[in-house]
Amino acid sequence: MTAVTDEVLSFDEAMEKYDPVLGFEVHVELNTRTKMFSSAPNAFGDVPNTNVTPVDLGLPGVLPVVNGVAVESAIKIGLALNCRIAEKCYFARKNYFYPDTPKNFQTSQFEDPIAYDGSIDIELADGTVFTVEIERAHMEEDAGKLTHMGGATGRIQGAEFSLVDYNRAGVPLIEIVTKPIVGAGSRAPELAKAYVAAIREIVKNLGVSDARMERGNVRCDANVSLKPKGQEKFGTRTETKNVNSLRAVEHAVRYEIQRHAAVLDSGTPIQQETRHWHEDTRSTTSGRPKSDADDYRYFPEPDLVPVVTNDAWIEKLRAELPEPPAERRKRLQADWGYSDAEFRDVVNAGVMSSIEDTIAAGVSAAVARKWWMGEISRRAKLADVEPAELGVTPELIVELNALIETGKINDKLSRDVLDGVLAGEGTPAEVVEKRGLAVVSDDGPLLEAIDGALAAQPDVADKIRGGKVQAVGAIVGGVMKATRGQADAGRVRELILQRLGVEG
Amino acid sequence: MAEINRDDVAHLARLAHIDMTDDELDRMAGELAVIVDSIKSVSEVAGDDVPATSHPIPLSNVFRDDVVGETLSNEEALLGAPDNADGRFKVPAILDGE
Repeated sequence: MTAVTDEVLSFDEAMEKYDPVLGFEVHVELNTRTKMFSSAPNAFGDVPNTNVTPVDLGLPGVLPVVNGVAVESAIKIGLALNCRIAEKCYFARKNYFYPDTPKNFQTSQFEDPIAYDGSIDIELADGTVFTVEIERAHMEEDAGKLTHMGGATGRIQGAEFSLVDYNRAGVPLIEIVTKPIVGAGSRAPELAKAYVAAIREIVKNLGVSDARMERGNVRCDANVSLKPKGQEKFGTRTETKNVNSLRAVEHAVRYEIQRHAAVLDSGTPIQQETRHWHEDTRSTTSGRPKSDADDYRYFPEPDLVPVVTNDAWIEKLRAELPEPPAERRKRLQADWGYSDAEFRDVVNAGVMSSIEDTIAAGVSAAVARKWWMGEISRRAKLADVEPAELGVTPELIVELNALIETGKINDKLSRDVLDGVLAGEGTPAEVVEKRGLAVVSDDGPLLEAIDGALAAQPDVADKIRGGKVQAVGAIVGGVMKATRGQADAGRVRELILQRLGVEG
Repeated sequence: MAEINRDDVAHLARLAHIDMTDDELDRMAGELAVIVDSIKSVSEVAGDDVPATSHPIPLSNVFRDDVVGETLSNEEALLGAPDNADGRFKVPAILDGE
């Protein structure tokens, strides 16, 4: 395909002249065992076209049947987004021709979504809170997966033919649509990312979706328009499709703001169209303009009867909702006494739940944080995995900490013990034994090492005698080196001061 | 004035990917107009107190348990496909000149 480089205005200049208006359509794949309208497995990564039934292939004469768990998941999502739940709603056929749906229509909801009129508070990194109004959340089904073959780039443009796998066709989807988001100003890109992150977190917390963006469990279409400062009327919007990572959502919104601003500055109207996001160039290209093809001729699905809810059912589901993530964070931070910065780091490192479990297993909040933000995060980074994936259990941390607190090992040795445990050498106590890692607590060898260190640094020894107690660190360092880290540094310090006849 | 005119039929035909001749468009516009007018007479009978009905059978909440059932094998799934490759349905290039 030909690379088209659009003009862009600098973000700051765009912000001086225009106010951005955002809107999001986020599709969430549910993690039900079966599909929305058939009993085929809802599974990722299986052999193509094996998780299919005649219903999923749209064969003649088939009848869909609604997955009851998917409906309950939809209601839970609606409740978590503070939506009203429809007393009665219908499924509808959205008609279009595209090989990703073998039926030539997608079963969706049109005029009466199961959930509507909600809102969620989105907190940005610096604590600023934006309220995002939710227009609706409706039930529908995913489409099959197309692979474009024969083109130079694997893209749809220039492809000679396409291959279709219908394993994903019919997987339950909830589409969450916001009302226009006005007033974010220069925080718009950041808000976009935070909004999608919040939706992902909510559905994950509800347990209704695996919420893995890299697998397409959560997918975002981002709408952007600009209006000149002070103008009430919205500008023409573009919809950037399938922006499928949090970072990409932020970049795509930022890019579209800059591109719109340049187009508007040149006196040209914005064309209402879909845009495609390109991660490599961090830019969008024109998809297709809104056209006749968007006339989907929705009509009520005759093969599916209405979904009718009642208060008892809704309240039963509401009672099953877990604590909302934002409230949980507030509670945990207060319980643990972490500073805002400390807590934010913990959240960003993805170790909040691990710390919670570790504290529950029996260590202090400070100790749990020390381990998860320190040694474990460091190892995770080296291994390029999530900290929770290293196999460090809360119980292991409790045992390691007990060994430190009883003086059997020190912090430095505890890392070697962790090495041993992760290498399968046994429990922490067993590793200490096998590797001979216990702290040298017999004063005899320590005193010998201390005398050696004092003799090696007579000037430092003099300073300490002269009252400069803080200089003791240099001697402690020498002793630790001589004992290959196996001494208890606190004890060494005491002994040095005793030796020199100085009060600690 | 009929509710359906020739342009409507041409538009729908395009959406439905049905190739129609001028003669067919003329004839279909006339026939569909008659059908729409006939059905309109129903709304003359139904008063404001009668809600629009899409589902005449008084049933709701027909749900299935979330339990995996039988599926087709890959071979069975592809049996009706005009063409296939790599266990998948093979379809012509989708964006033709778009």
